[in-house]
Amino acid sequence: MSENLLQVKNLVKYFPIRRGVLLKRDVGYVHAVDDISFNIMKGETLGLVGESGCGKSTAGRTILQLYRPTSGRVLFEGEDLASLKGQALRQKRRKLQMIFQDPYASLNPRMTAGDIVGEPFIVHRLAQGTQVQKEVMRLFSLVGLNPTFINRFPHEFSGGQRQRIGIARSLALNPSLIVCDEPISALDVSIQAQVVNLLEDLQAQLGLTYLFIAHDLSMVRHICTRVAVMYLGVIVEIGGRDALYQTPLHPYTHALLSAVPIPDPVKEEQRQQNIPLTGDVPSPIRPPSGCRFRTRCPLAAEICAEQRPELLEKAPGHWAACHMV
Amino acid sequence: MAETPLAIAVEQKESLFRRFVYQFLKHGMAVFWSMILLGIIVLVAGAPLFQRYSPTDQDLYNRFQPPSAEHWMGTDDLGRDMWSRTINGGRISLVVGLLAMSIAIGIGTLVGLLSGFFGGWVDAVLMRLTEIFQSVPRLFLLLVLTTFLRQLDLPWLRPGTFWPIAAVIGGLSWMGVARLVRGNTMELRDQEFVLAARMIGVGNLRILLRHILPNVASPIIVTATLGLAGAIITESGLSYLGFGVQLPTPTWGNMLSATQKYLTSAPWMAIFPGMMIFLVVIAINYLGDGLRDALDPYHVEKGEK
Repeated sequence: MSENLLQVKNLVKYFPIRRGVLLKRDVGYVHAVDDISFNIMKGETLGLVGESGCGKSTAGRTILQLYRPTSGRVLFEGEDLASLKGQALRQKRRKLQMIFQDPYASLNPRMTAGDIVGEPFIVHRLAQGTQVQKEVMRLFSLVGLNPTFINRFPHEFSGGQRQRIGIARSLALNPSLIVCDEPISALDVSIQAQVVNLLEDLQAQLGLTYLFIAHDLSMVRHICTRVAVMYLGVIVEIGGRDALYQTPLHPYTHALLSAVPIPDPVKEEQRQQNIPLTGDVPSPIRPPSGCRFRTRCPLAAEICAEQRPELLEKAPGHWAACHMV
Repeated sequence: MAETPLAIAVEQKESLFRRFVYQFLKHGMAVFWSMILLGIIVLVAGAPLFQRYSPTDQDLYNRFQPPSAEHWMGTDDLGRDMWSRTINGGRISLVVGLLAMSIAIGIGTLVGLLSGFFGGWVDAVLMRLTEIFQSVPRLFLLLVLTTFLRQLDLPWLRPGTFWPIAAVIGGLSWMGVARLVRGNTMELRDQEFVLAARMIGVGNLRILLRHILPNVASPIIVTATLGLAGAIITESGLSYLGFGVQLPTPTWGNMLSATQKYLTSAPWMAIFPGMMIFLVVIAINYLGDGLRDALDPYHVEKGEK
């Protein structure tokens, strides 16, 4: 479990803000992802957590080249995805797939479930005619859907079932890495567990590697082996799940963890004081100098405004970007 | 369940079409006016079966006859049977409308899809082109172009043909469709199911045809019906001004044009073709209204009271 499957190196994604009618000029940039680096090992589940708008979804999409990175490299099986184009990218991307957040928006309402799951086979000419239907039915069974439903349209399924259709589609091309972009946050709590269990079963059966993007910290703790915490486009802390949850290093991680509700009123009352964050997340168009978190950090000092803290290994396998720890 | 035998009975498609028909039938006015429209289409399409006189035969002894058992809609200034001319005139009016609308939808959809999907300079060029077309006075251009086309002595442009008029009307009315399709396409382009298609390696052409076009089909169909009404009116207007289909071939427009002088003495000459235009346009508008309701996917859930 030590082989690197994916290496992200200094990945940057800025979205330009354009003005002007005829001659468009860039008047600024949204710093959605600003120089992040991490590795994903074969067979592991890396959690990527952070507040809404911190760039975690953008990071996922940029890794998959759905957005082309502004700079940086994404090495998958030794090849830089960011340098691939057209047919070469299309072939390479078969090994990388994505599960989307919104099971309503991620399925074409005008196609049947069977057509949606069968499309990868047709596009890559992997099967034809009844062979496609057979493959689709196999995938339906694999994700726990009734294979006789292949002629139904997405609106005839429940949210959880739709998410299963999305999962079946992502499995069609036998990927090795799946980016799960908040795959459960749009589902009912009772359905969330089912889908998470399905993802875990599939991982065990097919040897999948996940990049699990989420904001639900308890779910991430359940499913992930390692966790990365993002704030305003940068990774502030990354480490093994237990280390990160038990001994968080970065003050932002502290604050995040203290905000997780405990489903037990007695324990909830006994636990140490919440660390409330004051103020709003600064604008990603004009991020603060130095440390991104300094405007809301209880430990902030002068150096934090001057120097951007590097992500350093503070304990074995446990990295944090903070001047104060 | 590792092996899935194909023998399991797969549920049959409950087609979207049947649901659509069901929804449409619930719209009373749309159904009523569709029946009227259908009746007119049958009359017009089967005109030779229903006519008792030729639409062009003159009978100068029987000019300006009011409606009677002999001439159901009376006769005109040359003694031609109005009933025969009205149902025959509808053929040209409806076909020109249909043809012009198809051309407009075709160009508009293509321009809108490309513009909305690719964005960037493709969008800039196509949208400026659209604006140029929109900013030229339409009536003026229609008159110039139809006159110009008639000057060309081409075999397929002989007097009485409607092809050039349909082409000109269609070629000058696609801009609204293009804008509508562009807007819808831009919205769909960033939807997650399009990203999902990208991820599994679907190419641009297939994304456009399989993922985007079917999802803009409903607004296109609705615009098409309304565009049909517009095209029929435009043709009538052109023919009324004498720039459309030339006499003696009857169309509702040029029939009206001839009646100006006789409006007080033989009002039936104006009433019948005018009424037909009125009925057809109202019917088509209600049809469009019904289609809009039936094709709106969200309406299905909200519509159940």
